[in-house]
Amino acid sequence: MDKDNTPAGYSIPFILVHWVTAIVVLGLFVLGLWMVDLGYYDPWYNRAPNIHRSIGVLITLVVVARMIWRKLSTMPESPKNHKPWERTAARLTHALLYLLLLLMGFSGYFISSAKGQAVDVFNWFSIPAITSSIENLEDASGLIHEIAAYVLITLTIVHASAAIKHHFVERDNTLKRMLGM
Amino acid sequence: MKKLLTAVATSLVILSTPTLADNYQIDTEHTFVQFRVKHLGYSWLNGRFNDFSGNFSYDEAKLGSNSVSIEIKAASVDTHHAERDKHIRSGDFLNTDKHPTVKFVSTSYQAGNNETATVTGNLTFNGVTKPVTLDVVHVGGGEDPWGGFRQGFQGTATLKPAEFGMDLAENLGAAAAEVELTLSIEGIRE
Repeated sequence: MDKDNTPAGYSIPFILVHWVTAIVVLGLFVLGLWMVDLGYYDPWYNRAPNIHRSIGVLITLVVVARMIWRKLSTMPESPKNHKPWERTAARLTHALLYLLLLLMGFSGYFISSAKGQAVDVFNWFSIPAITSSIENLEDASGLIHEIAAYVLITLTIVHASAAIKHHFVERDNTLKRMLGM
Repeated sequence: MKKLLTAVATSLVILSTPTLADNYQIDTEHTFVQFRVKHLGYSWLNGRFNDFSGNFSYDEAKLGSNSVSIEIKAASVDTHHAERDKHIRSGDFLNTDKHPTVKFVSTSYQAGNNETATVTGNLTFNGVTKPVTLDVVHVGGGEDPWGGFRQGFQGTATLKPAEFGMDLAENLGAAAAEVELTLSIEGIRE
């Protein structure tokens, strides 16, 4: 298999990045929902948000790298049997997924850094704050983070359902090629 | 000419007549609405409200008639930590969407010794109004270098937010049951 994508299909590294992002994003969603209701004396009260922030920063960097990779690389063509409207819908969904992933990363960053605190990533490094003077930035960011999370998960379900439909109804290689088969 | 002289004379009379109680507008640049609450019982967490307005009246000759009123925007709470401030504004604590304003309106001013006073008033907080007593010190007053006239006070009170329907102890532990409030107020005479 090639190191990079070809018109015929995705490369193994690109496939791995796809599935790592999928698993991490779903994990962050569940972790996020769970951690906001933890009691003050719960052993996870500080730990869970630390993990959520750290992984959130890392996956956002991966998403940005992946977007650059897409621009530089030859992207596979749509399977031949895909109808024009399906191609348009797929392209639109992919674009929105990327947009929402970025929005999640940035809104999350601003929740934590709105008053000037840096965002710490597993004590390895930290991302400094870029502002501390926008009033109630943390609240606006929090609202965006929450809404975008639900939209992202909904769109992910649409995205996965389309792949599953192509696999079982049209019986084409839409899903298989993202599995490296 | 005669008219003008009359006008000047009249205004001089108005200017020199001592008003019974002077009204002061709170100078937000020199006023601090601060609080502190114990963290786990191990240290003090300090916070403040950044957005407020108010006024007071002060009459040195008739201290008992002094009064103060201050209105605070609850959402302006600031503990120098974005995630915590967001949490404090939420329904778990201040619920600022539902109760946007914190208000204190005095009902009595009882002068004590050495520029101290006991000020009682109604505090509206978390949508609940209850009487609260502030221990007040008149820090000082007089002309400022820019042609104005100022008075400054510090008031302190220890509140139990549970009495206002916000049980901190339930969330944060018994040590957080009380909140100490400090109002450092400076006013410019109107």
